[in-house]
Amino acid sequence: MTRPGYAEPHVDLGDTEPVGFAGRLVAVPRYLRSYAAKSWALVAMEAQKLRHDPTELLTRMVQPALWLVVFGEVFTQARVIDTGPYPYIAFITPGILAQSVLFVAIFYGIAAIWERDLGILHKFMATPTPRTALVLGKALSAGLRGLSQVILVYALAVALGVGLNWNPLALLGVLAVVLLGAALFATLSLIIASLVKTRERFMGIGQLLTMPLFFASNAIYPIAIMPPWLQAIAVGNPMTYMVDAARSLMLPGYAGLYGLPIDFAVLLGFVAVLLLIGGRCYEGLVR
Amino acid sequence: MHIVETANLTKRFGDLTAVDAFTLDVDVGETFGLLGPNGAGKTTVIKMLTTLLPPTAGKARIAGFDIERRPNDVRRSIGYVPQILSADGTLTGYENLLVFARLYDLPPKERAPRIEEALQVMGLTDAKDRLVRTYSGGMIRRLEIAQSMIHRPRLLFLDEPTVGLDPLARNAVWDYIRRLRTEYGMTILLTTHYMEEAETLCERVAIMHLGKLSALGTPKDLERAVAEETGSNGITLNEVFAHYTGGELDSGGNYRDTSRVRRTARRLG
Repeated sequence: MTRPGYAEPHVDLGDTEPVGFAGRLVAVPRYLRSYAAKSWALVAMEAQKLRHDPTELLTRMVQPALWLVVFGEVFTQARVIDTGPYPYIAFITPGILAQSVLFVAIFYGIAAIWERDLGILHKFMATPTPRTALVLGKALSAGLRGLSQVILVYALAVALGVGLNWNPLALLGVLAVVLLGAALFATLSLIIASLVKTRERFMGIGQLLTMPLFFASNAIYPIAIMPPWLQAIAVGNPMTYMVDAARSLMLPGYAGLYGLPIDFAVLLGFVAVLLLIGGRCYEGLVR
Repeated sequence: MHIVETANLTKRFGDLTAVDAFTLDVDVGETFGLLGPNGAGKTTVIKMLTTLLPPTAGKARIAGFDIERRPNDVRRSIGYVPQILSADGTLTGYENLLVFARLYDLPPKERAPRIEEALQVMGLTDAKDRLVRTYSGGMIRRLEIAQSMIHRPRLLFLDEPTVGLDPLARNAVWDYIRRLRTEYGMTILLTTHYMEEAETLCERVAIMHLGKLSALGTPKDLERAVAEETGSNGITLNEVFAHYTGGELDSGGNYRDTSRVRRTARRLG
């Protein structure tokens, strides 16, 4: 049997040095296409995994359900937190969506350490893939898992009689917020994983990180009722902007704290910066 | 022509010099064995040559590309099978290959035929739709090799390709490695501490000891040289190994290496 040997024409994918201005003109779109295809490869891989074994998605549903059905209902009855014209259960629905996305995404670093303990990450790193494309692929994979939480939280909200904004554009906006939030926290998690390198250390730090991100935000109470020092932290917490955007998009007529353009700009800014840092750190995991 | 060229390649981790001024050329088309006890620096050399680890000093070129200045061209030219388990057990064999077809920039139309071909060459066609966690150790190794050859690299790095495999599975993996050479003309650089593996597969071997190159040549040449030096007859490669590594067949290694090798062995077995 004859098979073609290795002596194939070298395919220029844009990361070899382009020649002159014309070279760059051709190289840039090619590079971007290859970059997107590679990030997508990791997302497709995640989708296949979830299709083979969706149990994790189901177990992930327990926690937000408890928060809404138990915590939410109790505090709605208690009427101790001033949430303006919205019942407390409506107020925390977007907060619990954001929280469940945070919990899904923040432990992505564990998966990265696992892939390093196996040799999967080594093999990814030995392919001609930009490091930030690998991180973006992981970030969007977290987004994919996050999207499953949207369905759950909406279903629970309907069951609990929460009035939601069903405008298709608003729904799309919620998906975008969830994707961005998941990408943000997953990337943060990957960076921490790259620094601490072992699962044991990561578990401790993951716990340590999740609670302040959650409680020093507007997820389950308005910023206005916080003491000033906590307010200062909450304003710098990306979670606050995620919740604010989700709340503005999910509750009919809710006027956000900062407005959607600022919320999205802050989230995008965080994601972009973390991706750049993540691309740098990620390689450290295999060294 | 040399496909691997290194000159005084050095890697230090703090006070420890893992690889010490390592200079080596590998010819196009040969199967080359890097031998040495655990902790000799074999894996560190491989990690530098596969662009995973920047060298502290020295130079290396793969297929003519400098590993530090043209890492993406190097990555395109090579395939890499790490010593530790690198296939994803929660995906099918086919899906494991699809990811790498995408990461190696194969055009969409070529992906399916290339994947089928790689599966066929590695004898995995019938198992392609099964989850990899149901594979045997030998099948997993073959899948990992298939992943690393999907883009038909000129050079394949195999780090301890048969560690933890039983003798039958080991023989099968050897047959498949030979096929890569005869059918694709791939150059293969493998590390091993099984002398039998080096003897059956490799034209030339290098023996590493404490980060340094301590011997280089064909297994026959090395055996002859050691026989002359020691004045004894019927020297085997095992004895050559012991001669050049100070007889410490079990030196080196640490808790982390040991746990990793054992874990890999357990998963594969």
